[in-house]
Amino acid sequence: MTPANESYHLNVNGDKHQVRDAWVGESLLFVLRERLGMPGTKGACEQGECGSCTVIMDGAAVCSCLVMAATAQDAVIITVEGLGRDDALSEVQQAFISQGAVQCGFCTPGLIVAVTHLLDNNPLPSELEVKEAISGNICRCTGYSRIFAAVRSAALARQVDAQ
Amino acid sequence: MSTITREQTRPHIDQRQVLGSSAMRPDGIPKVTGDFAFSSDLSSEHMLWGATLRSPHPYARIVNIDLSAAWKISGVETIITAQDVPGKSTYGLISSDQPVFAQDIVRYMGEPIAAVAADHPETCRRALAAIQITYEILTPLVDPEMAILETTSPIHPDGNIIRQQRINCGDPTATGPYVVEGTYVIGMQDQAFLGLEAALAIPDSGGHGVELFVATQWLHEDQSQIAACLNLPKQNIRLTLSGVGGAFGAREDISLQVHCCLLALRTGRPVKMQYGREESFFGHVHRHPASIWMRHHADTEGNIVKIEARMIFDGGAYASTSPAVLINGITHAQGPYACSNAIVEGYAVRTNNPPCGAMRGFGVVQACFAHEGQMDKLAALISISPIEIRLRNAMKTGDKLITGQVVHSVAPVERCIRETDAIPLPEPLEDNPDLLSIPGGSGRTAQRSHILRGIGWGVAIKNLMYSEGFDDYATARCTLSNGIVSLKFATAEVGQGFVTLAQQIARSVLGVDDVVLEPISTSIGSAGSTSASRQTWMSGGAIDGACRLVRERLFEHVGRRHGIDPICLVIDGTDVLDTVGLSRFSVAEESQGIVIDQTFEHHHQPTEELDENGQGNCHVAFAFVAHRVVVDVDPELGLVKVIQVATAQDVGRVLNPLAAIGQIEGGIVQGLGLAVMEEIILDHGKVLNPSFTDYLLPTSLDAPDVVAIMIEEPEPQAPLGAKGIGEPPCISVTPAIVAAIRAATGTDLWRVPVRPQDICLRS
Repeated sequence: MTPANESYHLNVNGDKHQVRDAWVGESLLFVLRERLGMPGTKGACEQGECGSCTVIMDGAAVCSCLVMAATAQDAVIITVEGLGRDDALSEVQQAFISQGAVQCGFCTPGLIVAVTHLLDNNPLPSELEVKEAISGNICRCTGYSRIFAAVRSAALARQVDAQ
Repeated sequence: MSTITREQTRPHIDQRQVLGSSAMRPDGIPKVTGDFAFSSDLSSEHMLWGATLRSPHPYARIVNIDLSAAWKISGVETIITAQDVPGKSTYGLISSDQPVFAQDIVRYMGEPIAAVAADHPETCRRALAAIQITYEILTPLVDPEMAILETTSPIHPDGNIIRQQRINCGDPTATGPYVVEGTYVIGMQDQAFLGLEAALAIPDSGGHGVELFVATQWLHEDQSQIAACLNLPKQNIRLTLSGVGGAFGAREDISLQVHCCLLALRTGRPVKMQYGREESFFGHVHRHPASIWMRHHADTEGNIVKIEARMIFDGGAYASTSPAVLINGITHAQGPYACSNAIVEGYAVRTNNPPCGAMRGFGVVQACFAHEGQMDKLAALISISPIEIRLRNAMKTGDKLITGQVVHSVAPVERCIRETDAIPLPEPLEDNPDLLSIPGGSGRTAQRSHILRGIGWGVAIKNLMYSEGFDDYATARCTLSNGIVSLKFATAEVGQGFVTLAQQIARSVLGVDDVVLEPISTSIGSAGSTSASRQTWMSGGAIDGACRLVRERLFEHVGRRHGIDPICLVIDGTDVLDTVGLSRFSVAEESQGIVIDQTFEHHHQPTEELDENGQGNCHVAFAFVAHRVVVDVDPELGLVKVIQVATAQDVGRVLNPLAAIGQIEGGIVQGLGLAVMEEIILDHGKVLNPSFTDYLLPTSLDAPDVVAIMIEEPEPQAPLGAKGIGEPPCISVTPAIVAAIRAATGTDLWRVPVRPQDICLRS
């Protein structure tokens, strides 16, 4: 690939990353995965329908497949790789494991990011608020019930931690 | 809040994570941190990207292929077509009828014609766009009924009928005072796993072999088919399972395996292929659409006297597993009900529609939609409840099927129905409900007062493992040394949690806590396919067998060291216990400095092919399930909200409650998808909706409350007492949802998915 190549920087999980000689048409999803070595963010539809590629960008949960990476230069980007703290799992990550919300795991990183974003903004969401908040994240394995349980469990764990 | 501790927010985790506990997944932590490597996450030094050119036409003659412009694009390393396939030009699971690349004819939209390897996915896309193909467009055969007619010219050298089979059972003249009949139509569902097809092929130096990292359901079958197409010895094709993002049947056939290996061997460089969502819709088989006519004859009490059925499965352009799907369909025509007389005629046919094959519940999903519709019609005709008609006819252990096979499996059909019925119904819809909780989800919908509620039933029987004489054995190796067990198997972990179960078995049988899982690869014997609800039984049986062999050797070793007859020794917790002298020896200590290594193959009892009258012991075992569904329907917009699914499932024995409920809830939501939203829409063989924008999948707002009961009556034939549980949840929930919509609206609905216009534009 030679045409229209660019170099630019992205701020991901608190670190500044240089993207060298990239085709400007590349999505943030592609650049995270293939250029910055962060494959935790998954792609499954390329249309913003499934939420597997969810990242937090300037405080909003977005589908990284719909963001052109070169336009995200000034944004603060958080991916699933940036969520655990000090090598420990976050409450949301722990809850997904213990409540059985993980089967094949392909939707999991996007859901972990989406649920983290939800609880950051609404610490005790109602059942319908949870369902609406993650309705853009398709899971094909679990039928969602264990994911709802994980969100409840994580919300509770965060309350306990905050005490 | 001060009384809540952190631990209370988590379920109780058994300290030893043995069989029966909700043991944690060994891949759980990497999956929540993003570290788990799915096949699409793999990369290699000097790697190229591969991509496939596919036909835009369902049926056409290839007049000319011009690669010259594509070759000139900078970054393109190779382009291959049919003439570059060194070995067998076709592949297939049952019959080898599908070309690696189409040569003269394309038989379905999306059929591969060429593949390229290049330095960047975008270079691949440009190269594919530069390939010029001249087609002579032919009129596609898309009507399965036409395919059966001998006057229709064959679209494939193997003919248009993939398989035809009858079942003639008992007295063909038998009848009764009550007769109901109907035609039932099932649309084409997609497995829609999230982790798209992807693989990385690394060629051996010298080009005489290749290592393939791939997301698949059956490593050894892939290996055989790839080797034949590459004209290389099987042992030179080494497969390792990479992370699989769901499967549901769609990874049982070859998709990109041969193409990826060929590109790697051609270029001498690692090649990664990865489908996008649109290509995935064309790159794997789907659930067979079917048209099923049934007529039931019953006596005055509603007992079934005879069933007649004609079942047509559209296999699409290539056979895939159509022969097995057909046999599942016709042999399950009676459902979980006793029946002495039957005339069933089944066809799996070839058309220019997309190829169809395995999907969760294959063949039985279709049959169940028909027989459950019939049961509701029969109940209505003789004025008894949907529950009563099913209870009166419920099959029992020892009953003879319409194939002549006796059901030796535990068959708690009546119990499934009664326990489902005992689950409390949900509360009525509130007077002022949140809009998110009514049909239509977050969108504006009908007046509250117009919303209708209905209840429907579905009950199913599902065969377990492969049928018709196929010995789908499974292999496992167990090594015990220094207190650590290491397990090796080729069982595809596709998300179902077999890796968790494998560790639980070893902990239970051998009294160890540390169980290491070796890479899942072809460097051990086959485990068969992760399909047909078979791995807990088959690969679970293989691991159990290997661990028991190791345990025998351990007991001999302990017996020799301590002067005890090994026959007196058992595992108790993490100790070897002498049941006579009552002394204890830690397994960890006793296994220091020794290596015990055993391999075991588990075979199920033999089965046989059906004869010309459809008679024979063709299936291994059966599982049963009942579903009761409550729906709310907006009759003006034709929107459906599934409120609650109550279910009691015959599971034999619960080995991991958390994993089991996950299978049940997940299967139910896939069955919900088929009932009210999921369908690949075709127009003269062309797929109109190959994307997640247009192919609708259930979201969190569509998910019903699932109340599940697991009926534990250990299955004597099963090595762990446990039946496979993956498929039953998605089978009878679909007809139960449709029955509930019929009950709510009074509308005749005999086709799935039920579309809004089916409800609101019909009286």
